[in-house]
Amino acid sequence: MTTTAVLPAGARLAVSHRVLVLVAIWGVLLTVPFWLPLLGGYTALAGRVLVFGLAAMGLNLLLGFTGVLSFGHAAYFGLGAYGAGLTLRYLVHSTPLAMLAGTLLGGLAGTLFGMLIVRRRGVYFAMCTIAFGQLWYYLAYSWNDFTGGFDGLRDFQRQPIGFGPFTLDITSEGPTFYYFMLAVFAVAVILMGLLLRSPFGRTLLAIRENERRARFLGIPVEMHIWLSFSISCFFTALAGTLYALLNNFADPLALHYSLSGYFVVMTVIGGMRTFWGPLLGAAVFVVLQDYISSMTVNWMSFVGAIFMFVVLFFPRGLLGTIRRRVTA
Amino acid sequence: MTQVILYNVTNGLIIGAFYVLMALGLSLILNLSNVINFAHGNFLALGGYLAFTLSPTLGYWGALLVSPLLTALIGVAVERLMVRRIYNRDPVYSLLLTFGLAFVMQDAARYIWGPNGLPLGLPAGLSQPISSTLFFITWYRIFMVSVVIVTVAGLFAFLRYTRVGLRIRAGTLDLETVSTLGVNVRNLRTFNFALGCLLAGLSGVLAAGQIGLNPNMGDDLLMPSFIAIIVGGVGSLIGTLFGGLLIGMAAALTTVVYPSASEAVIYAILMAVLLIRPRGLIGEEGMMS
Repeated sequence: MTTTAVLPAGARLAVSHRVLVLVAIWGVLLTVPFWLPLLGGYTALAGRVLVFGLAAMGLNLLLGFTGVLSFGHAAYFGLGAYGAGLTLRYLVHSTPLAMLAGTLLGGLAGTLFGMLIVRRRGVYFAMCTIAFGQLWYYLAYSWNDFTGGFDGLRDFQRQPIGFGPFTLDITSEGPTFYYFMLAVFAVAVILMGLLLRSPFGRTLLAIRENERRARFLGIPVEMHIWLSFSISCFFTALAGTLYALLNNFADPLALHYSLSGYFVVMTVIGGMRTFWGPLLGAAVFVVLQDYISSMTVNWMSFVGAIFMFVVLFFPRGLLGTIRRRVTA
Repeated sequence: MTQVILYNVTNGLIIGAFYVLMALGLSLILNLSNVINFAHGNFLALGGYLAFTLSPTLGYWGALLVSPLLTALIGVAVERLMVRRIYNRDPVYSLLLTFGLAFVMQDAARYIWGPNGLPLGLPAGLSQPISSTLFFITWYRIFMVSVVIVTVAGLFAFLRYTRVGLRIRAGTLDLETVSTLGVNVRNLRTFNFALGCLLAGLSGVLAAGQIGLNPNMGDDLLMPSFIAIIVGGVGSLIGTLFGGLLIGMAAALTTVVYPSASEAVIYAILMAVLLIRPRGLIGEEGMMS
């Protein structure tokens, strides 16, 4: 379904092949709670993969499919997390409303900021996004009474969701919450896929491939980049709200530019110009980080070395490399 | 009250001086090679730590001279081995590379010199206050600011009056033409990267004398330096200079009125500049697109 939209015509895989890939991805995601414990993992780990995968896929709308680099997406992720957490703590005990509030907070902040920087390009665009992202980190860090400061925002719980006579109890640690997240993830991913297949998505690709030509064709380039940036921020903020619900906790590190770097590296590990790449990259990154940090205190060097290795020797990422092999 | 204000003005001057040294190095590398060096703060820490290791044998003054040069030498190695490979690729790769490098360098510093803070000893005369009424101004602070002024003046003179400096400035505008004219651009970029690292190393030695050493001492300076560059105007070193002084002063003076907003005021300036004058205070139109 979705993979077609993003492949250039010459690089299309056979239809049956694509169906197979989709079945495999959703099959793996749906059965996680059954096999992950057998491998020594825990379901929260899979939840983290979904959350970071969604955030990185949101970022990839901008990075991979519009060709614009944001190195500050943690800001919108963190705003989503804080928006959800603060809503649950101070306003209403409602999970859907908290998610709505968080997504709107992060998405609208991105939309407003996007207006200021859409004329910047390349590394300067990235620099503005980093600097602006840190604003929220300092705000969360120093506004102690409201946000919990450096210790993070606690004292809120995800709430059961009522559907008329039924109640979906997602408060426990079990697989119910994982499936709830998977449902949200699925809806978001389908939206993303439809968006990329639409004329709007094709226009983004045109801008990525050749901005000047797109401009000469009369495409309002700035408007499209701005929209792409805002939409991408909304998706990342949605992921942020799930992060807060998953941990019942939001901390300033969810806003820090290191996390923005992690999102970018997840996207690159998986393959920037592929639809599912960021999810795969997130899985690799989360598992590696979990494993390394349990083995050594020097996990920073390992993570840094992974960054450098990917850049120097593996710039196309996993799916990008595979696709090149298949089509070559 | 005057003393409080005077104290914060000198503080602002010193913080601004550090922002300026950091931001000028970052700006040099950014302008010529289009690379944001995330590891710049770690080169700063490296300079400080090297001075700590060298000062027992070379003395403070020897360490002050040698450790920035050593930092620059390590910069040469980093550029030759890694950064050079990604010049012609998408900017995402240069950011990830230096970002990863920053992590590795920070962990390496923690591994070699330990996670706890270390002091850098100063010559006896420098740590004295200049007078009893101005007890908060030590000779060291005056010394720091003078070194920064001399360095910045030297840098601008170098860029203006030497052949290499001229090439760096020309390369900022159009590297391809400079290359066509027969200049070895590869070496020029290496030299320029090392020059940036030299400035970072020097600020590291100076900062170590004031606040001591720790593995992430450069982190707090990195973001304000980015902002100084954007506020001053990307592509203009003079802009970076004023940007650094402006936000250093603004942060220090806000501390007098409302301490917890000193960080926020930097970002307020950033937003105002992006909103009203996106090219930066002294930047040229088109440099940032």
